[in-house]
Amino acid sequence: MKLSKLMLLVAGSLASCLIHTSAAFAAEVNVYSARQEELIKPLLDTFTAETGIKVNLITGNADELITRINSEGRNSPADILITTDVGRLARAKQQGVLQAIESETLSTIIPANLRDPAGVWYGLTVRARPIMYIEGKVDPAQLSTMEDLADPKWKGKICVRSSNNIYNQSHLASLIAHDGAVEAEAWAKGLVANFARPPRGGDRDQIKAAAAGVCDIALANTYYLAGMLADPADQADAAKVKIFWPNQQGNGVHINVAGAGVATFAPNKANAVKLLEYMVQPNAQRWYAEVNHEYPIRTDVAISTILEGFGTFKADNLELEQLGELNAEAIRILDRAGWR
Amino acid sequence: MLKVKLFDRWRWAVLVPALLLALPVAIVFASLFSPQLDVWQHLRQTVLADYIVNSLVLAGGTGLGALLIGTSTAWLISQYQFFGRRYLEWLLLLPLAVPAYIIAYTYTGMLDFAGPLQSWLREVFGWSFGDYWFPEIRSLAGAVLMLSLVLYPYVYMLARNAFSEQSASLLEASRTLGLSPRRHFWKVALPLARPAILTGMALAMMEAFADYGTVQYFGVPTFTTGIFRTWFGMGNAVAAAQLAALLTSFVLFLLLLEKWSRRKVRYYHQGQKHSAPARRRVSPARQLLLFVLCLLPVILGFLLPAWQLSSWAFANWQRTLNAAFWQLVWNSFSLAAIAALLSVLLALIFAYARRLKQDPVVRLPVQLAALGYAVPGTVIAIGVMLPLAWFDQRIDLLAEQWFGIRTGLLLSGTIVALLLAYSVRFLAVSLHGIEAGLERIKPNMDNAARSLGFSPWQVLRRVHIPLLRGSVLTALLLVFVDVLKELPATLILRPFNFNTLAVRAHELASDERLADAALPALAIVLVGLLPVIILARSTERRMRGVE
Repeated sequence: MKLSKLMLLVAGSLASCLIHTSAAFAAEVNVYSARQEELIKPLLDTFTAETGIKVNLITGNADELITRINSEGRNSPADILITTDVGRLARAKQQGVLQAIESETLSTIIPANLRDPAGVWYGLTVRARPIMYIEGKVDPAQLSTMEDLADPKWKGKICVRSSNNIYNQSHLASLIAHDGAVEAEAWAKGLVANFARPPRGGDRDQIKAAAAGVCDIALANTYYLAGMLADPADQADAAKVKIFWPNQQGNGVHINVAGAGVATFAPNKANAVKLLEYMVQPNAQRWYAEVNHEYPIRTDVAISTILEGFGTFKADNLELEQLGELNAEAIRILDRAGWR
Repeated sequence: MLKVKLFDRWRWAVLVPALLLALPVAIVFASLFSPQLDVWQHLRQTVLADYIVNSLVLAGGTGLGALLIGTSTAWLISQYQFFGRRYLEWLLLLPLAVPAYIIAYTYTGMLDFAGPLQSWLREVFGWSFGDYWFPEIRSLAGAVLMLSLVLYPYVYMLARNAFSEQSASLLEASRTLGLSPRRHFWKVALPLARPAILTGMALAMMEAFADYGTVQYFGVPTFTTGIFRTWFGMGNAVAAAQLAALLTSFVLFLLLLEKWSRRKVRYYHQGQKHSAPARRRVSPARQLLLFVLCLLPVILGFLLPAWQLSSWAFANWQRTLNAAFWQLVWNSFSLAAIAALLSVLLALIFAYARRLKQDPVVRLPVQLAALGYAVPGTVIAIGVMLPLAWFDQRIDLLAEQWFGIRTGLLLSGTIVALLLAYSVRFLAVSLHGIEAGLERIKPNMDNAARSLGFSPWQVLRRVHIPLLRGSVLTALLLVFVDVLKELPATLILRPFNFNTLAVRAHELASDERLADAALPALAIVLVGLLPVIILARSTERRMRGVE
């Protein structure tokens, strides 16, 4: 039997795995990222090239990464936690996984409502969740606020993804913060009654469904539509969809951030702060604007031409910290509203 | 004197790893001791009924689908001689290499409203939305179909072995007694193959219970999506673990049912000298029919998705095929190989110990650990992470107190954590396969060997392993492919800078970049093919040896 050969192969690979993981560098920083590799690695590579600090990366689901840091306790190698939703940063803060840091650079560049008041987490890029509609099928004059989408006049016209997704949870949390839990629940029920189909797929799928005629209105994050416009395969669909900025007379459109914080037991705290500061520098901000069509956290960096085409808007200046605090309540409301 | 000592040694050899493996599942069940009335009342009033019904329908439907496809193809392949049979015999295994979440992505891409098929229909007939009815792939029924298509090989593989091992004399006997071929199937062949078929079905159903990727993508609320929602959304890990415990008890019930259904019944191998019945020859027209029938699952479960993935991957391979990609292939392959060997080794020890000694102290932890197959990967991962971290902290504290040094994290965040999680998650797969194999070896063979002076170890090495080679190989293959496809536990437990194909495919697909995810997804399928082909060839050789 070739079992012995197989064993040899296995032993070799086990050794290579161990060597792989134990490579030690003098200057390094360990990043736990809920942002996927493709949207963080290139930036980390230029950081290493410029500073000589080696970056070790592990990606995964934000909640699982928080759990992992928690269980690793004071021995955790984590220096930085990156997430793509502020609700998760707030939860990490609640669990004591992150520590407050002071940085002149971060607090001058990042607007106050987009970072934690105590300096525990910092927003790095911004996305909005506007109303997307099909030109010709919906008269934009009929659109006004997000709250209005619960009106029966939109019956069978709305596509949105499952409420298992954090974007919808944070969105509802913002409505709870502004309108109160009772109103928010009534809104969720009204919206569910207006669904064109049971929720399925991701944000892009909602835009595609609208383009294909399943519904007239889709709710999705800005960078998804922008990404589709930049992708030759999806361009035709995305071109049928227009953006309407809701609540411009009131609170402004719901926004969220991708952000980061320094871990409580960070072994390389100084390097971690350096990396955070690097991420708000103009070149890093420009990279996110160009590659993933996110809005920069700083005003002196140009947005991508596609985003420019979406026009300017008034953003909700709700303290994002609240979205995290209201997340559990949002889920219960979503369950009761029957939003799958 | 000697006997007692041996017995003790076995007991310990089993008890230590078994307890270690049972720990993650035990942690899940321990959650039941801190009631979360508030959350449960909320769940009961809103979503719990959906979770239960959908999970049961999903698992039941998948089990039935796998039974239908797997048993019928296995019967045709083992009993009839027809054009292409030799190739179909192993082609039918190929869907095993396709992860359920990936087949779900590809079928959605093909069959969705905005996909090529429906767009084409609309173009040809001038329809628009609402003018026509088209089955919705992203539904509970769609999920059952997807899972059945990739999980039927479990039943097929085990049923085919069972059918092939039934000797010609059996068929002759039932013929002499006046049974028609159809009645022979229902009255003799099927009941005899029942343990194998039920094992295959149980595996498929457990996999369906634990599925997260497919139902999450299809927006079907089941226990697994509910666990995530309760845990991460409501931030209540205990209630989530309780949901997991409830899910696991369903599986426990399933397994007990399987055991009960064959109480008192023991099926033993007829010995190696039996002659397999000659396969029946049929007319060319019926040959074509059989050929098409057996080709259909291969097309739907493998060729079509693989073709779709290839066309996506081909469109942008220059961008995605680089050194980093080969590193991913190597990582996935070596990890799966190590995990498969470890898991089969453990299963051999456990199965053998159980055969040697009916010891409840040993049996319970093993059975508990085997339940891990039905527990979603994330829950297992947390169950592994907590005790390992606790162990690391203890050692670290002790080392600091006694020697003034910090040991840091010894096991957390290493390959060891991953291997432990895989062992728990997939023990059921290797254990079921090997126990099914062991059950067919008569106990008096053990006795004969022992009376000839063999030690238990020698019995294992010189009698059982040669006889079990097929089962061992099957178990190795199944665990290998399962680990290759495994996503959630890998995602959370892997070391720094260590990615696998599944992680990569998932990251891209969850960002709704199916075309970019195609290359790693295709690679999972192709790497998974390798052992499938090895297995197919070796069983073929073995069977020819029998003939």
